[in-house]
Amino acid sequence: MSDPQPPRPGAQGSDPDVAIEQPGAVSSAATGTRPRSVGADASTGGTPPAGRGDVEPPSRWHTTLQRITTGNAAISVLSVLLALLVGAVMIAFTNERVQETSAYFFARPGDTLAAIWDAVSGAYSALFQGSVYNFRRDTFVAGIRPLTETLTFATPLIAGGLGVGLAFRVGMFNIGGRGQMLIAASVAGWVGFGFDLPWGLHMLVALIGGLIGGALWGGIAGFLKARTGAHEVIVTIMLNYVAFYLVSWMLRTPGLLQAPGSSNPKTPAMQDTATFPDLRPQFNLHFGFLLVIVATVVVWWILTRSSLGFRFRAVGENPNAARVAGIDVRAMYVYAMLISGALLGLAGVSQVLGTVTTGFTAGIDAGIGFDAITVALLGRSTPWGIFAAGILFGAFKAGGFSMQAAEGVPVEIILVVQSLIVLFIAAPPLVRTIFRLPEPKPGGPREGRRRPRPVVTKEVEAK
Amino acid sequence: MSRTTEHHRQVAPQPAALDTTVVTSWKAPIAFAIFALAATALAVFVPRDGDTTFRWSSPTDAIQLPEISVPALPALWTVIVLLVAITAYSAWLVSRKRRVPMWLIVVFAILFMFGFLTWAAAGASLPMIGLLFGSLSLAVPLIFGSLAGVLGERVGVINIAIEGQLLAGAFTAAVVASVTRQPWFGLLAAMVAGMLVAFVLGAFAIKYFVDQVIVGVVLNVLVTGLTSFFFSQVLAPNAATLNTPPRFDRWPIPVLGDIPIIGPVFFRQTVVVYLMYLAVAVVYIGLFHTKWGLRLRAVGEHPQAADTVGIKVNRTRFWNVALAGAIAGLGGTFFTIGSGIAFNKEMTAGAGFIALAAVIFGQWDPIKATLAALLFGFASNLQNTLSVIGSPVPSEFMLMLPYVVTIFAVAGLVGKVRGPAAAGKPYIKS
Repeated sequence: MSDPQPPRPGAQGSDPDVAIEQPGAVSSAATGTRPRSVGADASTGGTPPAGRGDVEPPSRWHTTLQRITTGNAAISVLSVLLALLVGAVMIAFTNERVQETSAYFFARPGDTLAAIWDAVSGAYSALFQGSVYNFRRDTFVAGIRPLTETLTFATPLIAGGLGVGLAFRVGMFNIGGRGQMLIAASVAGWVGFGFDLPWGLHMLVALIGGLIGGALWGGIAGFLKARTGAHEVIVTIMLNYVAFYLVSWMLRTPGLLQAPGSSNPKTPAMQDTATFPDLRPQFNLHFGFLLVIVATVVVWWILTRSSLGFRFRAVGENPNAARVAGIDVRAMYVYAMLISGALLGLAGVSQVLGTVTTGFTAGIDAGIGFDAITVALLGRSTPWGIFAAGILFGAFKAGGFSMQAAEGVPVEIILVVQSLIVLFIAAPPLVRTIFRLPEPKPGGPREGRRRPRPVVTKEVEAK
Repeated sequence: MSRTTEHHRQVAPQPAALDTTVVTSWKAPIAFAIFALAATALAVFVPRDGDTTFRWSSPTDAIQLPEISVPALPALWTVIVLLVAITAYSAWLVSRKRRVPMWLIVVFAILFMFGFLTWAAAGASLPMIGLLFGSLSLAVPLIFGSLAGVLGERVGVINIAIEGQLLAGAFTAAVVASVTRQPWFGLLAAMVAGMLVAFVLGAFAIKYFVDQVIVGVVLNVLVTGLTSFFFSQVLAPNAATLNTPPRFDRWPIPVLGDIPIIGPVFFRQTVVVYLMYLAVAVVYIGLFHTKWGLRLRAVGEHPQAADTVGIKVNRTRFWNVALAGAIAGLGGTFFTIGSGIAFNKEMTAGAGFIALAAVIFGQWDPIKATLAALLFGFASNLQNTLSVIGSPVPSEFMLMLPYVVTIFAVAGLVGKVRGPAAAGKPYIKS
């Protein structure tokens, strides 16, 4: 891929796919192995062909070993392990049984160790069984149900992550996910319960209405940034609150969103013609997940294959250079925020039409607008990276609830583990130091070269 | 010799050219017009009769001020006429290629606020002291947070983790003060907690060159997770011993506290508020009138140049970010020991983000950021006051108001603001 090093807000790719796209991160060019993608040398600057034959290439084993230990996959796996380890320490320290047994630790240390093992293994096996496969069920379909729950939780996370990530690539920071989701959910919900339309068409109208709602709400920030230079961080934060209070007001006002004959700030249930169908009757997983896959492909296509995406990335890399090159930077800001808002809108729509179809409250966003930022960061703002990150975080969410139910470990520990994963992955040198891994070879592409780039501070000077 | 004259000839016309170039913008007149229209809409579509009484002193005050009573509807119309006049004047100024002066904006804002208050509180009396006192109290964490943000960005580190620092401060203050029964220890502990969050920010952003925005966002999540986890797992079961923080008493300052209006609002507060005055003054003077501030700003604007003259860029950044963290942690004490409330999950409720908005709104200046934070505090307390006396506006719209005003202000009045040049960029010594 002839990808001119897009502005990924992170140091290196997080999964093997990204690593292939980004030869700068792997030391393949330097160690003499063949780059696995066409045109990879172009973006690393290219080693001069002369002198390559002088040194005997290192053995295949050696390079493979080096790539595993210094590459991104290892860092990612170790980061997850480290974060889970910290989580384990927290679970162990706050466990009552561990506290009781530690009182006589020096008399019988075995008791304490056994208690620690019970607490941690119990919690993490509950996490696994709540998110991937439940071994206590008899049939495969019942056993695999947690995995479908994971995908259900992942659906809005991926959609939101794509929205935030796309804005990142244009050099903008969209913290307004909450507001965009709320507005989109309100529009889609209003269409969903207030109109009588045939099956299929109803869903489509609700979906499109929601997307437009989210896009417009996000577009306000883009428009203001383009027209007046208002900082999108501040505008999106403010719009979150505006949307929240607006939706709260509509939810408690009869005739707008409130369910007739009710005094609760809640809407009526969605009509059956508008809801996303479940993919299998036994599961909660709904049609929204397929939409999210489509969205991922579309975002991937926009960013890497379309001329709009090229302009997006050019603006994200350097708005001044992009302007000099004839790109309408202001229009790019507006388009990017429109698309970003629509993607976060998709997250909101999938919540009201897919996950919670019995009517919604002002808490329908469930913090996804902010989780989406972490998802985008973990996914390095690449569409498939975000897809993977969304599924991982969806698994944590699904498993976290069953962990809380089964073992009494508060679900918030998931937040700690998630944030630690992102932190560790963003700082590969730290992980290397902890595990005493070898540094990538000097002379190859170094850490500092692909250092993170500022996301929010870019402004077009001199309009 | 000929080179010098040539040089002179080239340079000489430039100042004249610069003088004549005046950037004019229609933003202010347009914003004025929108607000004047809004006021007119209120008067036309939702007219309210009755008198509005402004109470300027409480019955216990030594010096009693008379209550001011105005008929609501005529007052509103007078205000509208004045607003329209100001709008026309500003439009005339801009059409003559002149700037709209700051004092005009301030006058406009005060007039609009007066008109809105008389309309909203028609037929009732408005306790102005309570309104302003509460505004200041609510602004306290925002001011501490925005000071931390200003310091961080001026030294070149974007601090999105203000929210996390406030939350960490609130949590540790509650726990330490509950255990020791001494709010002062809680205060210290909160500063340490804010500093610890800042250490993580500094370590990742400065040592490992991780994007500062990423670290900030992630730290918010981390602190939310940690405090909520320990709240559910440890504090909630042992609330009596771990989560019943004592509160700071109010300390009226003898003479200053008796001044009408100013006294009850500013000088009958808790020690946290007095520390806030001190912090604003110290940060302002420190930033602009000391060697420390000069170095700090140099590092944030042009780290290479600062390094060249021997300033240790990364060390300066690290310790100033830590200081900023301590200030934000101090702000967190407002939520628990400052108000005598037990810690609860996510109790800062986005105050850190509002503080961040105040930093940008205040153009990275400690005084302006403080004023912006006060505006937010005023707006949220206005909603409380109006919902007590009963107002025709749904409370959600009142709550929305500060945020809408901020959007207008940022888009219309502040416009394109430029932060410290090197904020967000890690410095790698070559």
